[in-house]
Amino acid sequence: MAAEPLDDYIDAVAKALALPVEEAWRPAVRANLEVSLRLARLVDEFPLPDETEPASIYSA
Amino acid sequence: MTVKSDGLSAQQIAQAITDRKLSAFEATEAALARIAAHDGVLNSFTDVTADRARTTARAIDAKIAAGESVGPLAGVPFAVKNLFDVKGLSTRAGSKINRDLAPASRDATLIERMEAAGAVLVGALNMGEYAYDFTGENVHDGPSRNPHDPTRMSGGSSGGSGSAVGGALVPIALGSDTNGSIRVPSSFCGIFGLKPTYGRLSRARSFPFVASFDHLGPFARNVGDLALAYDAMQGPDAADAACTTRPVEPVTPLLAEGLSGLRIAIAGGYFQKNVLPEAVEAVARVARALDATQTIEIPEAARARAAAYVISTTEGASLHLDRLRKRPNDFDPAVRDRLIAGAMVPAPLVDRAQKFRRWYRAKVLELFKSADVIIAPATPCIAPKLGQATFVLDGVELPVRANIGIHTQPISFIGLPVVAVPVPLEPMPIGVQIIAAPWREDIALRVAHALERMGVAAAPAPRGL
Repeated sequence: MAAEPLDDYIDAVAKALALPVEEAWRPAVRANLEVSLRLARLVDEFPLPDETEPASIYSA
Repeated sequence: MTVKSDGLSAQQIAQAITDRKLSAFEATEAALARIAAHDGVLNSFTDVTADRARTTARAIDAKIAAGESVGPLAGVPFAVKNLFDVKGLSTRAGSKINRDLAPASRDATLIERMEAAGAVLVGALNMGEYAYDFTGENVHDGPSRNPHDPTRMSGGSSGGSGSAVGGALVPIALGSDTNGSIRVPSSFCGIFGLKPTYGRLSRARSFPFVASFDHLGPFARNVGDLALAYDAMQGPDAADAACTTRPVEPVTPLLAEGLSGLRIAIAGGYFQKNVLPEAVEAVARVARALDATQTIEIPEAARARAAAYVISTTEGASLHLDRLRKRPNDFDPAVRDRLIAGAMVPAPLVDRAQKFRRWYRAKVLELFKSADVIIAPATPCIAPKLGQATFVLDGVELPVRANIGIHTQPISFIGLPVVAVPVPLEPMPIGVQIIAAPWREDIALRVAHALERMGVAAAPAPRGL
């Protein structure tokens, strides 16, 4: 059983994407992922209309 | 010839060369001599293209001797962040891995345009690995150092650009800004930097980071030089899918129009939090000089910064996915671990960040109905010490790397044009962002020019050399 809640997820995605994650890197990868997910949650919890278009093809 | 180029602005150099009081060759040699004398301390250059520079300079002198016209940047030495393609060099983008790339076969569009205006490329500049950096530190090449105190950071990721211009080695440098990488080194090194509107300047033949937010732009020691370089580089370019088809809109003739008719506001809320006293003082000085009393709230700026972070880490991960698989040990470990984590952010969260960007853009554009310019800190503090891991903001100890760009990210997130102006505080300068509506670089530069004329914004002479 993984020591940290995200470890199973990290293992699964690393396998799916064929990304190497050495044990020595794991704490830093986990810490970075925790930050990314915390910030993504801040965006996620903001209600947007269903019709909102993404801005990925962007014009200022 | 009768003029020495050390200490001259780009405009003064070009004028002296056009007037035959200085040769382009002499101006180039002087720049090469400054680099040789001071770059041992600054570590701003990774490549000095001396032979190429001498050849270019001789060609300019020959044109002048033949009575042919030379451009407005005739003989002006400049250098570029090493993510720009320079013909004959591998575009390393601050990395170890890219040194194995074949040498570039053609210069980046912006280098071609600078040289078409008469400027002389003298080298490529140090930067944070793959531009994922706010410090100017680099594990492969060593840190670029602050020209006012070499024990401090230059800022990143265009650290060499800030260091070389702040140290007066060259009057103009080019860099890139995805989340703050022009504005942060401008702030720490005490110089002017322009992050234009997203899509304004071509990114063709430069190494990318986050396609959604990547911008290129100039650094200079005064607003006239900044505008001159910007004008030389404008124009459509089919080789960059995001580059605008708008015609060239020269700003140099507009600088002297001053502040007349401009409504200037101070960014409140988020932009007044997480700042040290020096950033508060710099914004206050600029606000006083501009007679700005209106404060406006940029809505949901913290969420905008969060969304910028999410899009950056995931687009960066996508860009580097195969390098992460094949050469993970050749990355700066800190960059590698951030990118691997970025690859693991679920796709719906990225999509939501892009949708939020559309919402936020609409809200911020509404603000420009009641203000032409918004001023905000460029960085929360003066340049930290090299290697410094944390600082204290609002009583909370926070990691330096992740938080230097908290005030720049919500602005580049929607591609607004910004001039970072240096406020020459003691002992170290710090920058303020002059933010305008999309495509209104002219307004931001006019305000910067007015601040310069009032003596509120100025690039201090390098104190650490």
